Formats: sequence, structure tokens, C-alpha cells
Amino acid sequence: MPDIIHTGPGRGPEPVATRRHQEHFFAEMDETGLGAVDAVDDSGAPSSLWSEAWHKLRRRPLFWVAAAIIALVVVVAAFPSLFTSQNPRFCELSNSLGGSAAGHPFGFDKQGCDIYSRVIYGARPSVIVGVLTTLAVLIIGTVMGAVAGFFGGWFDTILSRITDIFFAIPLTLAAIVIMQMFSQNRTSLTVVAVLASFGWTQIARITRGSVMSVKNNDYVTAAKSLGVSRISALTKHILPNAAAPIIVYATVALGTFIVAEATLSFLGIGLPPNVVSWGGDISIAQQSLRTRPEVLFYPAGALAITVLGFIMMGDAVRDALDPKVRTR
Amino acid sequence: MLRYIGRRILQVIPVFLGATLLIYFMVFALPGDPVAALGGERGLPEAVKEQIRQQYNLDEPFIVQYLLYLKGILTLDFGITFSGRDVFDVIKGALPVTFKLAVMALVFEAVFGVLVGLVAGLRRGRLFDATALVTSLFVIAVPTFVIGFVLQFFVGVQLGWLPTTAGSDPDFKSLLMPALVLGAVSFAYVIRLTRTSVSENLTADYVRTATAKGLSRGRVINVHVLRNSLIPVVTFLGADLGALMGGAIVTEGIFNINGVGGTLYRAVLQGENATVVSLTTVLVLIYIVANLVVDLLYAALDPRIRYA
Repeated sequence: MPDIIHTGPGRGPEPVATRRHQEHFFAEMDETGLGAVDAVDDSGAPSSLWSEAWHKLRRRPLFWVAAAIIALVVVVAAFPSLFTSQNPRFCELSNSLGGSAAGHPFGFDKQGCDIYSRVIYGARPSVIVGVLTTLAVLIIGTVMGAVAGFFGGWFDTILSRITDIFFAIPLTLAAIVIMQMFSQNRTSLTVVAVLASFGWTQIARITRGSVMSVKNNDYVTAAKSLGVSRISALTKHILPNAAAPIIVYATVALGTFIVAEATLSFLGIGLPPNVVSWGGDISIAQQSLRTRPEVLFYPAGALAITVLGFIMMGDAVRDALDPKVRTR
Repeated sequence: MLRYIGRRILQVIPVFLGATLLIYFMVFALPGDPVAALGGERGLPEAVKEQIRQQYNLDEPFIVQYLLYLKGILTLDFGITFSGRDVFDVIKGALPVTFKLAVMALVFEAVFGVLVGLVAGLRRGRLFDATALVTSLFVIAVPTFVIGFVLQFFVGVQLGWLPTTAGSDPDFKSLLMPALVLGAVSFAYVIRLTRTSVSENLTADYVRTATAKGLSRGRVINVHVLRNSLIPVVTFLGADLGALMGGAIVTEGIFNINGVGGTLYRAVLQGENATVVSLTTVLVLIYIVANLVVDLLYAALDPRIRYA
């Protein structure tokens, strides 16, 4: 056992503990490496996940293409009359399956309606269903997943099983069964409700996993020890840091919900027939596929480009947020 | 391991019960009288309605109805349709075709999806990768029914390479095009999953170690990279079998295949509730079992999963 002399505070510059006959060297403050630490310039903006992602996004052409498509689709959906002066519901059978004419660039469908204006006016229901379903799914899924992941234990077990139950029933199938019951009085909102009530499970799973991986981080422990309540620890500290994968999935899901709506309309149980929609028009166009396939390609193309815009946006955001690809 | 198997099987039971209850609720308990719709415009006499209600236990409280139905399933007694056919016969007639179709689609997406995804992941950022990525985006963006019509029109009608429709007892050739269409979207997902997984694993430490100890590139990729990269892919494929069978409705409609999808769709439109409930139950069961098998397989292969 070496002798150790304990010295209390205020006893001069000696170190706290020292051994007898040992030489000591004290460096002046200026000679330590601490100066270099102090010299680091921290006046610039702090680099957060989001600001870095934005820096990377700006340089990706994929992002700008996707943003342009989405912007165009949203403007068309909001102000269809800016893009066409034709009435999509004005149809003359004498024009049935007619080719393009002045003022009717895409020609006419089987009922003699102007295809171009129907493609333009078909954007709105698709975008509305896609956006509203995604919002609903985000709310249900985030709450379920966050609560399950944050509280854990029995809560988690029960909520996870409920998620499994809804996940086990195929979306198209559930939608057909439920939509059939509203066959007389269905609206866009019915479609949204049906798609949302079976489409939230994936978001719940992603949120749960993300919250679980974040909730034991040091800054959450710090917030808790400062007396932050559990709820605000969850909403202010955990969720914002768990949001990245949720946002990426939701962007892609918006596209797939538009496809799901079109599929239901195509099967004749989606949007009501009086609504001009891409799915409905594709369904009608298949009857004249062999005589004039173009009739099908216009609404199908519009649908595909719209969905492509959202999927590409999701892809670009995912790459930008991925910490494995993050570079300084 | 046994503990894990036991726990995993126990987890399946509430999911099965919950899913069947949910389906049963959707079909029988939501607004709309299934019996009233049977008679059409004129309606059925009250006595006949009463008899049908009794036959299908519709006069019992909801939960009793459900339990009786559950008892029927467990004894393989699925009841009879309103038109008098045994539901079990209906299922037996529809299931094999759809199962064949779904398995063909699954094999197609697994083999080609992994192959394309692997090459794309190994050459990340090169021309092949970019092409595969753009193609997969397009396949996801274009709805299945459009892909179906376009293929049917060009490959079937214009070129005449493959039959345009499949009859009542379809062979491999006539199911080929429907299987491609059915598996198309999942094919795109498999490409993307494999690609991401492979290119992430390429930079992993164990791959560097394997290369450093002198293994050939082929061995490093086949044994180390591919094996580890396939974990998420196989999980996806396991879940996909059930999804393919349940999602075959559109494809079967386009190619006139007499499978689960077509039968189910007709049953929904005609209000044949017993058929709807039973077929959906079978689909859910297939989905659950496929997932269970994949999970157990993985627990056997990867110790990290069973101790997690």
C-alpha cells in the first residue's frame, strides 16, 4: 500500500492525491491542448439532421424532379380550370373514340367526353384521397406506435397484437367488403376512412421501432432528470428524433394510397361514378382497349406520373436522411 | 429455442382470433341486413327470412354467432352458401388455382428480384443500378391493373406469345403472364430491398475481415454478403405469400381466372356472407402461418433473433 496524502480544498496548488518521493510537473494553462478545444469555431449554425438533409437534397436532381411533379399535380388538382376550358362532363356520343381535334389534344373516350379535361379534373379526387388518407394514417399509426414503443410492457403487447390483427387482413379485401356496404351512398371520405382504417399498421410498426431506439438516448434521460413529464418527453424529445423514417414511409405511402383508390374505383367500389377519377376512367377505357388503347394510357399515365412523384420524393428524402450515407 | 417457438405460437392465437372476429364483425354486424338483400326488389316472405336467420344463427347475439362460426371452422364445417352450396367445396375449388398463381409469382419475384437487386447493390451508382432503380420505381407507380391490361394487350393479343386468359383449369403457360403481373410490384420491392441490404453489408466489418483473410470475391459475396442481406428479403417474401393470395382479386379479374379473388369478389357483391367470411379466414390463416414459418426459420438460423 503506497502512502496517500489526502489534501482538502484550499490547500494550495498541490494535486489532490500524491505519492511520497514522486516528482510532479504542472503545465501552465497555455501549454495544454485545451487551447485548441477553445479555439474551435462554433459560431456557425448548428448542423442538425434536418439541415444537413436539406443541404444534400438540394444537390439531388431526383429531388427536384419529384418536387416539380408534386407541385404540378397539386396546382392541377387545386385549379383544374386553369389548364382546360372544356367541361369534363360534357360528352357527345357522336365524338365516341374520336382522335385528337382542335382543343381536344387527347381525343375522346367511348362516351365522347374530352379525355384531356377528364385527365386534368381527375387529379383532384386522387390527391384528396391520397393526402387525407396519409394524414389519417399518420395520426392513428403514430399514436399507436409511439404509445406502444414508449410505455412498453403490457401496453406494447396489446397494441402490437392489435396492429398484427389489422395487418393480417389484406387491404384490398377489407376495402371491398366494407365499401360494398356503402354501395348506395359512398363519397371520397368513405374511401379515405376505409383505406385509413386498414392502412395504418405499417406506420405504427415503424414508429414503435423508432421510438424504442430513441427513448434510451442520453438527451431523453437528461430531459427526464430535469423534471420533464413523460408526455412532453415523448412529444418534445423522442418523437421529433424518431420522425425521419416515419416521414419517409408516409411520402411513399401517399403514392400507394392513390394507387389503392384507383384500384377500388377500377373495381367499381371506390369513388362514386359521378366523380371524374383516373381509376374510374381506366376502368371504362378497358372496354375500348383493343380498338383504341390510347384512351387507357392517358389516365393511366397521369396516375403513374403522380405516384412516381411521391415515391421519388420519398426515395430522395430517405437517402438524404440516412445516417449511413451522411457525410460531413 | 423451444421457449421461443412456444412464445411465437402463443402470439399467433390472439392474432387469429382477433382477425377472424374483425372479419366476422365487418361482414355480419355492420349496417345492412344480409337477409333482406336476398329477395331483391320484391323481398322475401317473413317466414322464409326467419328460417334463413335461424339457419345462419343470425337470430343469436353477435358474440354467440361468432363463437358458433369459430366452432364450425375448427371442425372444418364452413356452412353452406345462400344458394345451397357447401362453402368448403367453394374453397376447395378456388384455392388451388390461386395458390399456384401466388407461388409462381413468389418464385418469379424471389429469383429475379434477388438477382437484379444483388447486381445493382454490387454496382451501386453505375448504369445497371440506375436502370434497375428507375424500372422498379415505374413498376411500383403503375397500378397492377394497368400493367395487366398492357401486357395482355401487347404480349397476348398483338404478339400472341402467351394465352390472354386462363380457363377453369389453367396450365403453367396460361398462368405465366398473370403470375408476372401479380408479382410485379413485389418484384420491384425485392429489387430495392436486396440492393439496399447488399450495398450496406458490403461495407460491414465482417466483409472486410473476410476479404482480408484472403477469401475470393465470389466467396465473400455468396457466403457473407448475400446470406446476411437476404434476412429482410426473406421476411418480406414470407409476408408476401399471404398478400399475393389476398391481392389476386384484380389480376384474376383481368385474366379471367377462377380463383379465390374472383370468387370472393362475386361473393361480396352477391352478399354471400358465409363464403366471404370463410375465404377471408383461410387467407388470413395462410398469411399467419407463412409469417410464423419464416420467423421460426430465422430463429433457427440466426441466434440474435431468438434471444432478442
